[in-house]
Amino acid sequence: MHDERVIRVLVAKPGLDGHDRGAKVIVRALRDAGMEVIYTGLRQTPEMIAAAAEQEDVDVVMMSILSGAHNYIFPRVMEELKRRGMTDILVLAGGIIPAEDVSALAALGIKGFFGPGTETKAVIDFVKANLKRGSS
Amino acid sequence: MCCNVHDQEKLALELKAWEEATQKQLDKIPEARNSFETLSGLPVKGLYTPLDLSTDDYRTSLGLPGSYPFTRGIQNTMYRGRFWTMRQYAGYGSAHDTNKRFRYLLERGQTGLSLAFDLPTQIGYDSDHFIALGEVGRVGVAIDTIHDLEILFNQIPLSQVSTSMTINSPAAVLTAMYLARAEKEGISGQDLRGTIQNDVLKEYVARGTYIFPVHHALRLTADILGFCARQMPNWNSISISGYHMREAGCTAVQEVAFTMANAITYVETALKAGLKIDDFGPRLSFFFSSHQDFFEEVAKFRAARRIWARLMKNRFQAKNPRSWMLRYHVQTAGCSLTAQQPILNILRTGYEALAAVLGGCQSLHTNSYDEALALPSEQAAQIALRTQQVIAHEIGVTETADPLAGSYYLENLTDRIEEEALQYLKKVDDMGGVINAIATGYLQEEISKSAYEYQKNVEVRRRIVVGLNKYQMDEPPLTGLHKVDPGVGEAQAKWLEKIRAERSASAVAAALGNIRRVAQTQENLMPPIVEAVKAEATIGEICGALRDVFGEYTAANCF
Repeated sequence: MHDERVIRVLVAKPGLDGHDRGAKVIVRALRDAGMEVIYTGLRQTPEMIAAAAEQEDVDVVMMSILSGAHNYIFPRVMEELKRRGMTDILVLAGGIIPAEDVSALAALGIKGFFGPGTETKAVIDFVKANLKRGSS
Repeated sequence: MCCNVHDQEKLALELKAWEEATQKQLDKIPEARNSFETLSGLPVKGLYTPLDLSTDDYRTSLGLPGSYPFTRGIQNTMYRGRFWTMRQYAGYGSAHDTNKRFRYLLERGQTGLSLAFDLPTQIGYDSDHFIALGEVGRVGVAIDTIHDLEILFNQIPLSQVSTSMTINSPAAVLTAMYLARAEKEGISGQDLRGTIQNDVLKEYVARGTYIFPVHHALRLTADILGFCARQMPNWNSISISGYHMREAGCTAVQEVAFTMANAITYVETALKAGLKIDDFGPRLSFFFSSHQDFFEEVAKFRAARRIWARLMKNRFQAKNPRSWMLRYHVQTAGCSLTAQQPILNILRTGYEALAAVLGGCQSLHTNSYDEALALPSEQAAQIALRTQQVIAHEIGVTETADPLAGSYYLENLTDRIEEEALQYLKKVDDMGGVINAIATGYLQEEISKSAYEYQKNVEVRRRIVVGLNKYQMDEPPLTGLHKVDPGVGEAQAKWLEKIRAERSASAVAAALGNIRRVAQTQENLMPPIVEAVKAEATIGEICGALRDVFGEYTAANCF
């Protein structure tokens, strides 16, 4: 981090999954860590997530999914972000992502995976260490 | 409920001396922590005595099992007559897949069925809708038409086994399908036993499978209550659920309070629709979590029974004792399971199940140890069921009703949970009820605040989770996890295409037209929905017709 620019984060719930306890805990923890966080609410399509990321000019997109639809949804979100030229955004995934699915998703550009039991501090530290966009 | 006045005074003096002596010890060797509290944050003292018991007499506060206010259980004989129903929540992939799992569980001694639906079904979309992509058959079974339900219950006698269905916004459609499936077999709705969750209110605050705006959703709920009271009198037409709010992070007290607040809203809605309290009161059922704090959970169940009995008798003037009885299903706490050292989840689930049984549940689901990672594998599901069987048969907790009653700590905790829940309930009442509390985001905020508190406690090691924040180990990933066939979405879409091609399009159009018409009147929507499922209309088409009239709920962004 070069200066005091506040890190902006979009926390998104893609797909039809309604489990948002983890997402909301992360939202609060990131805010307590001084970041600006926008929470999308439930049932977001890939287009909605990419549009919100663009409109809110975020540095980080975090997606939480527990329904098992990640292999369908995450690639589409990554495509949408790319289509909008947003390749300098740090994208992270949380929820239940089986270990065997991780490498294919990582190859699409998702940088971090945070499963059940993750401490919020680990997410905060990861964001700070891996932010792609510098100061503006 | 304490001893006589003379004894009380003597005891109070002795206790004071005891406390002073204890304090002297503590000055030398302090306790491990400065304060002790339950999982939900209620303070816990080092000792409870008869002085901590309520001043109400025994008959008013506890009574006998099977008698008002039912603190000690709703049946006279409790588990001496019959064990709770062992009802494992299951469902994935296609109807075929789930039928196989159901039969696997029944063969192993499960005594009731509990059906999990996939998300498209729960939100009223067909498997071939674009929004269903990747979600078909994932978290439950995919049901599009009555044909799926027929396959699902193949070789399962609906007259002999009771079925619980976790379906809310489209509850009317699944109730109709189940009834139509039974009638085809020659079984009358009068003989059907089971439960439809049909609790939409908690969807807006915790579970997320809402479809319609709140007041339209409540109209559907009332239609189901009214229809079932006449056509399916042994069917639990709603299961008012604290479970999901607890899973979303709320405390034991909030779980009781918010569940009761929702229950009050359903009762008021049904009364407004012209139903009589004792016509539907006995069919209201409940669903709670059994979490990790053993005594707090047992106390919670007992407090909830007492609150409900008094609400129904006093506030709603119910006369039938069956309307006063809190009958409920319990599931052990999914959120207490860890992905780390997951085998320990067998122990956690066992203790939680024991609390549910000592609390007097009517039906129980025990989680599988692999559920922090996937849907249960066959082997894990079997261990979960066997856990209940061990509790039922081996450890002597079913021989007498409410065996923990009279414990000074437990009775005190029961009173405190009741008291605090009633205070919350009053707060919600003062806000104008649950519908307002949802609209302002109050309930959502309370729940997520509690969830964050819990997480912070775990992270500062104020709360120890074995294997997660203490006693960690390097371990190989758990193998043998259940996998859902990724081809199920495509197969389901093809099957749906075939049904659409072969059914009578005009009959479907007429049935859907009728649903749209009735939706705009005060008439009960159940009969036209039953006709539509018989005409092989899909869940997406039926919910679509209702969406046309009711519109859709949009969540207020208050977070």
